[in-house]
Amino acid sequence: MKFDTLIIGGGLSGLVCGIRLAKQGQRCAIVSSGQSALHFSSGSFDLLNALPDGRVVENPLEAWEELAQQAPQHPYVKLGRAMMEELAAEVPGLLGAAGVLVQGTADKNHRRFTPLGELKPTWLTLEGYAVSREADRLPWKKAALFNIAGFLDFYTGFIVGGLEKWGVECTTRLFNMGALEHLRKNPSEMRSANIARVFAVQENLEELGRVLQRNAGDAEVILLPAVLGLERTHALAYLREVAGKEVLVLPTLPPSVPGLNAQLQLRKYFQELGGTYMLGDSILRAEIEDARVMRVYSYNHGNISFVADHVILATGSYFSQGLVATSDRIYEPVFGLDIDYPVDRENWLDLRFFARQAYQSFGVKTDECFRGMKDGQPLSNLYVAGAVLGGFNALKEGCGAGVSLLTALDVARQIIDKC
Amino acid sequence: MNLQEHNISDNNFEQCIKCTVCTVYCPVSAANADFPGPKQSGPDGERLRLKKPDFYDEALKYCINCKRCEVACPSNVRIGDIIQAARIKYSKKKPTVRDFMLANTDLMGTLSTPFAPVVNFALGLKPTKAVLDGVMKIDHRRMFPKYAFGTFEGWLKKQAQRQASFDRQVAYFHGCYVNYNHPQLGKDFVKVMNAAGFGVQLLDREKCCGVALISNGFINQARKQGQVNIESIRKKLADRDMTVLGTSSTCIFTLRDEYPHLLNIENGDVRDRIELATRFLYRLLSDGKVNFRFRRDKKLKVAYHTPCHMEKLGWSYYSVELLKMIPGVEVQMLDSQCCGIAGTYGFKKENYEVSQRIGEGLFRQIEESGADYVVTDCETCKWQIEMSTSRRCEHPISILAQMLES
Repeated sequence: MKFDTLIIGGGLSGLVCGIRLAKQGQRCAIVSSGQSALHFSSGSFDLLNALPDGRVVENPLEAWEELAQQAPQHPYVKLGRAMMEELAAEVPGLLGAAGVLVQGTADKNHRRFTPLGELKPTWLTLEGYAVSREADRLPWKKAALFNIAGFLDFYTGFIVGGLEKWGVECTTRLFNMGALEHLRKNPSEMRSANIARVFAVQENLEELGRVLQRNAGDAEVILLPAVLGLERTHALAYLREVAGKEVLVLPTLPPSVPGLNAQLQLRKYFQELGGTYMLGDSILRAEIEDARVMRVYSYNHGNISFVADHVILATGSYFSQGLVATSDRIYEPVFGLDIDYPVDRENWLDLRFFARQAYQSFGVKTDECFRGMKDGQPLSNLYVAGAVLGGFNALKEGCGAGVSLLTALDVARQIIDKC
Repeated sequence: MNLQEHNISDNNFEQCIKCTVCTVYCPVSAANADFPGPKQSGPDGERLRLKKPDFYDEALKYCINCKRCEVACPSNVRIGDIIQAARIKYSKKKPTVRDFMLANTDLMGTLSTPFAPVVNFALGLKPTKAVLDGVMKIDHRRMFPKYAFGTFEGWLKKQAQRQASFDRQVAYFHGCYVNYNHPQLGKDFVKVMNAAGFGVQLLDREKCCGVALISNGFINQARKQGQVNIESIRKKLADRDMTVLGTSSTCIFTLRDEYPHLLNIENGDVRDRIELATRFLYRLLSDGKVNFRFRRDKKLKVAYHTPCHMEKLGWSYYSVELLKMIPGVEVQMLDSQCCGIAGTYGFKKENYEVSQRIGEGLFRQIEESGADYVVTDCETCKWQIEMSTSRRCEHPISILAQMLES
């Protein structure tokens, strides 16, 4: 199977890279070994929320110099200040073209909610989510929070507590409706995605509209768990019209309905641009000659190999098995690329669970152009993007989505410039 | 990375990190709340069943074995296999006479083909449907695939000499549907293979692949038939540079992947030489080893539907690329989703409505597509699509045969 570029990994990084290349007329294939971390998305994409020393970042672009001092191996440092700004500016438009609409800018973090009611800084948030432009206040005084009775992945008590901390008065109302009743037969199926399917039916959405209208009282804003908008984008606009006031959503525990919707939209857009998306397959091995990836082989395709001018590794971190940790080593399973980590396992982790964990920043070593290193030498046509990279701590620095998006776009840019 | 091969136990449920992605993509969960969903039925339930078999839940019968949970799983857990294996091991429910009739496609075919016109006529009659529905619990709204008057095997045997005249040969695992219901697809396959320079031969003995036996609980019979098939394939391939080809994605998937996992039939020595005709042809064409001459006077718009087992195999790429190579054929990809029939599942009265609900989205897309044909690699998807939409549904090999210059 011949392609211009083969992308291994079909999550945020792989899809964005594929879209960028396909837009340029490249013939691309994405091979993904399962669904991606977008299914656990909070609805937001972080660029840089904190420096490695813990200081909170308000302007991610301005923080670049300090980051370069503290973490010289950070992917943003490899990108450079100017490229970081240029690529970050490209993201909202690219996502928007795929139908994934976002709010926010790279020079000022806004605040978004966690599923437990905390406010956290972030770069971009999907349209429809409740956010605050300011770090120390919320845009409303009175809110009405609604939840479906029996929906266990949305904790209204925590959210009300979070809102009250910022001086917002909040009423909570549990509601039920006949169309949801069948989900109750099976408690394990009372999940966001199944609830979203119920509200994807127009008459059920209309009933929800009436529930909101009747019970919102004098609140300025109605808050709902993010269980709307599965394959339909106008649900919130419709509810706003019916309720006569602002209606916004808050993140639930996984699965994330807006996250899986974003995955779906990006994949569809990639395919519309002519891309081939292969789900449920694993790349097993590669043939490398003269520091060049010649062919790769997958589980499903057996003796029919993939041949491509460029290969991009965007397989994610431990969760998606882009990195594998055993009791004695950490490795990258497809190409066996170099990984920087201390030999002594005791230095991998801190026994205090919430401390900064060293293993979080282990990842594939690359040269300045994000080409993967094997035995100390870069492979000339293998680029690496996203969470499989080393040198950053996505949790502590709040930069996971930013690294995924910007390195994907940078790698795509390099391939396009070369061709 | 391939945990499909390197898992810790036979049954890698411990790889599950409870992310619930499988449940999001389960077509049954979306349509039937009585099904506990793949996570609960598979890895979660397995943990309990290992402690105490009483934890087995008969609601696992609602699983249609589509394997879409496995395709979606980020941790490569064999969720579908875990559920099927649990049904085999723990289910106490005995299959009914109805299940026996639906599962024994071979037997029913053998009995019916000599009297095809009578059988087809009778199956179409209202009183027959009423009896099937009332007594047998086979839904009266379901349309039966028609039986052919004479089998494909019979047809091919008559021209064995011509087929033997080709230097290069392939063996054909035709499956029950081609043999008893739709010999035309087998004839199309022979036409295409001959045009590619290959003669077609049968296996010495071919039994039903057993997929319907597995899903209806006739495991011993499925294992016996599977052993006959793998023995025949082994015998055919020994000392010959030959491949066994099929045109049914489910038969081929079962021979390759369900035999070792579910029936404990060792097939590792021949597995890589059993494949779909479209994959075989794709390789020949892309290596430049075959050059088809297509007619130029005909235009077709087709919409490709990816059957569940094709999605699991990952091979729809070959069928679609093959269609795209034909001049004058415009291919539209339908979203990959289950059509709902799942073999014999949709025939059963208790499943009929769920089956149609699962397929709704697909049927809508097909009606909106404006395609001349729906194209797919699975015969039961074909029945479902032809019964539930206004479109004819054909196999990619039949489209190829139709477009070859005669």
